[in-house]
Amino acid sequence: MTDGRALTPIDFRIEPSRYRHWKLSIDGRVAILAMDVKEDGGLRPGYELKLNSYDLGVDIELYDALQRLRFGHPEVGAVILTSGKERIFCAGANIRMLGQSSHGFKVNFCKFTNETRNAIEEAAAESRQVWICAINGPCAGGGYELALACERIIMADDGNTSVALPETPLLAVLPGTGGLTRLVDKRHVRRDRADVFCTLEEGIKGKRALDWGLVDELVPRSRLEETARQRAAEVAARTDRPAAGRGIALRPLDRTIDGDRIAYAHVACAIDRARGVAEITVGGPSVPPPADAAGIHGLGDPFWPLALARQLDDLILHLRTNEEQIGLWVFKTAGSADLVEAYDRLLADQQGDWLAREIRLFLKRTLKRIDVSARSVFALIEPGSCFAGTLLELALAADRSYMLAGAREGDSRPPTTLRLTEMNFGAYPMANGLTRLSSRFLGEPGRVDDLKGRIGQDLDAAAAAEAGLVTVTPDDIDWDDEVRLALEERAAFSPDALTGMEASLRFAGPETLETKIFGRLSAWQNWIFQRPNAVGAKGGLSVYGTGQRSEFDRRRV
Amino acid sequence: MTGVDYLERIPNNVNLRDNRRLLRALEDWQPKFLQWWLDLGPEGFQATRAYLRTAVSVDKDGWAQFDYVKMPDYRWGIFLAEPEPDRRLIGFGDHRGQPAWPEVPGEHRGVLRRLIVTQGDTEPASVEQQRHLGRTCPSVYDLRNLFQVNVEEGRHLWAMVYLLHAYFGRDGREEAEALLQRHSGDTDKPRILGAFNEPTPDWLSFFMFSFFTDRDGKYQLASLQESGFDPLARTCRFMLTEEAHHMFVGETGVGRIVQRTSELMRQGKTDEVRKEGGIDLPTIQRHINLHYSVSLDLFGSEISTNAANYYTTGLKGRFEETKKDDDHRLKEATYPVTLLEGDRIVTREMPALNALNERLRDDYIADCQRGVDRWNQIIKKQGIDFELKLPHRGFHRAIGSFAEARVSPDGRVIGEAEWNANREEWLPGERDRAYLTSLMLPVSKLGRFANWIAAPARGINGKPVDFEYVRLD
Repeated sequence: MTDGRALTPIDFRIEPSRYRHWKLSIDGRVAILAMDVKEDGGLRPGYELKLNSYDLGVDIELYDALQRLRFGHPEVGAVILTSGKERIFCAGANIRMLGQSSHGFKVNFCKFTNETRNAIEEAAAESRQVWICAINGPCAGGGYELALACERIIMADDGNTSVALPETPLLAVLPGTGGLTRLVDKRHVRRDRADVFCTLEEGIKGKRALDWGLVDELVPRSRLEETARQRAAEVAARTDRPAAGRGIALRPLDRTIDGDRIAYAHVACAIDRARGVAEITVGGPSVPPPADAAGIHGLGDPFWPLALARQLDDLILHLRTNEEQIGLWVFKTAGSADLVEAYDRLLADQQGDWLAREIRLFLKRTLKRIDVSARSVFALIEPGSCFAGTLLELALAADRSYMLAGAREGDSRPPTTLRLTEMNFGAYPMANGLTRLSSRFLGEPGRVDDLKGRIGQDLDAAAAAEAGLVTVTPDDIDWDDEVRLALEERAAFSPDALTGMEASLRFAGPETLETKIFGRLSAWQNWIFQRPNAVGAKGGLSVYGTGQRSEFDRRRV
Repeated sequence: MTGVDYLERIPNNVNLRDNRRLLRALEDWQPKFLQWWLDLGPEGFQATRAYLRTAVSVDKDGWAQFDYVKMPDYRWGIFLAEPEPDRRLIGFGDHRGQPAWPEVPGEHRGVLRRLIVTQGDTEPASVEQQRHLGRTCPSVYDLRNLFQVNVEEGRHLWAMVYLLHAYFGRDGREEAEALLQRHSGDTDKPRILGAFNEPTPDWLSFFMFSFFTDRDGKYQLASLQESGFDPLARTCRFMLTEEAHHMFVGETGVGRIVQRTSELMRQGKTDEVRKEGGIDLPTIQRHINLHYSVSLDLFGSEISTNAANYYTTGLKGRFEETKKDDDHRLKEATYPVTLLEGDRIVTREMPALNALNERLRDDYIADCQRGVDRWNQIIKKQGIDFELKLPHRGFHRAIGSFAEARVSPDGRVIGEAEWNANREEWLPGERDRAYLTSLMLPVSKLGRFANWIAAPARGINGKPVDFEYVRLD
């Protein structure tokens, strides 16, 4: 079985010069990202990435490409996603890889791939960098799910190219990377047709695919690239991204792992294996922000909010993938609330600037990763911390927060406070489309309006508790014991029950495509991944490729 | 934060002086406790000076210092038994052999708090139940014993409150306050356990309560003194030394009534003891039936998942756990449990872990029987042919397997008609109450005792029986 701890830790840090599976080319306002998976380039031994099938390594590169397109290419308004191979678009996630992976690895893999596909949609909606898919060969399972994440799907009408979601008939699992959801919820394919489509192993090609809404456009093979470029140019012409803008480089992320300590410039993580706790300390900015957008561009990737987003993002991915036994993340902050607020003000004021917008969206995606992480999340708010605005979102994302009332005896620092900034009121919506504050006070929308009036105020523990922003406010005398007991208690509960409980409590409010993918599709998929009908000796996933037939336990559950 | 006065007032061996959290919590709680004592403690005697024992330390000389004190000025202290070297390891359950916990493990916080609150709730309850008894004391000696029991129940409340304050943070402080807000017999906020909401209307009931119900306390404390949570274990161990006195008051109290009744029967050669102003043996038997059965309920259901969990997780052991010769894990063991099946009473081998309540109840029953045997010796010595008996464990039960059935004192499952026909014979009724009430007249002359109770063999702390144990000015 493959899992994070048993083998070399998986590193999410990559750059285009080391891509093995993707080819990125830029032509004016249009980028072409071609999937050309190297068969022997699997992340782990034991499988070959045939037919442009992908594993986590392929998807890590895709995620990196997506990030670089957004930060490095302000001029690009459209991205054409296509295959670099002659006869195949993409066969989806590699089945042998899935077959040999542990349950936890599969679940985490699907989570990451889902987040990337969500980010593709977000790029179109919010970064105005619209993805268009050009399907130039059979496109199945995860391949079609990639296409579904794009805003337009153009398919070659060559009698061979088809789209398919064959997971159920072929593998006894689900198209779990948003496929089922996007089919009916985004593309509005009629549910009975979707039912037929999802049980057809060979998929659907040509006119029927168009008629059923599975693709948007059908063109002869010879004209596929031209059409895609044309559509991309049309879309790119409507973007608000600056044609003459200069991108910024995302330089290699500096990270040190020393035993159980992981350190970046602004983020530090100390792992306590005995207790299963990762204490994550986020450092606030140490210098005031630049005066304007030009200053942000001049700084580039060391600009504190961007650097923070990159570091936190990497840490979350690292912990999720490589530290599955560490079930509780405890967020702390250290620094100046005044400075955090100053950065927040700059970001808020400069949202007309493409880079400031990208940075906010990156922070939004990173915070959303916390929301869907299968880890308990606590925030500890103590003297010297800077839970203000953007960093306060960490506390609002937490399952519970502890705020030390007053100061510590013998500590000359002022009593603990936290602070709201305007970034708490719309900059970072969750998967449900609401801000964390709105989700928190779902039944009392007026409370959020009241809180707007308190932007910039230092709220002490009593005020924060009164405002409903923190869970428990022990004073110096109680603090150590309350926190210790809370951590120990958490560690004693079933990790599965906690994951289910937390995921259910975090997303009050409306359903969205994303909440359905994470809350419904993923949950069912993760259940199926545990069932003998998929992973038993005669299960669909197990016998795939062996020539044997699956044998199912016919009882409906 | 707190003046020296506070520390003077609260004798302790828990390093109170340096414990900011505890001082802060007690600062808030202590005035509320005092108010509770004034409101619901012994009625009519708040300004009276009584010759009471106070624990000022846990050593041989310190745990029993006698002097006159007004009860509201009593120095309720906080004491843990000194640590014993062989108790540093947990003796049972999954954690057997591991070091005992000096702090509450977060994992067991909720359960431990519930155990402590349930135990703590009984302590002030009995003070409330007994608050009117001072007015009808059969002697100054007995009055003093009542007050001693009361202040020590108060101290036991302090002991549990100490644990809540010292180890359970804000939740603990809230629970400690709630211990003063629930009241015995209160319709809206009753005490947690049924037996502690029953009135103690007369001195026979008081002695019976001290014998039977305080003995439940002994067994609960004895199980908790095995706990893997070291502060709880040591607190309970010290409480047991005081609990022994309460049971002494109960056993000798009933014994002295039995003595007096037997004397009246022998002297008058008559069974009509009531004509002689005594308490007849059948009335005593009915009170045994009542208090014993109500106390048996306190041990909980015969088959209990909670009890099994407490044991496996190292929170609550068995009575004399360390003296038992087995694996102290009980995963495979069985234990015979007497149960009701349909209308038959049967004994079945059940998983020992789930039968821990019943096992503790068995230990308790054997202990009760020894006391009853001693009472019967008194009767026999007077040449009277009568034997007091513990009723069958299924008699008059409200909790567990027998709660659904009617069981006679001799252990037959009976119908409603037979029950109703015999109820007055088996359990105290209105006529008993009325008669006992008529006997309850205060005796305040030193060395004198009410007609229905014999004098004790000796006084308290080497003092004579007619010593001025309470200054009734």
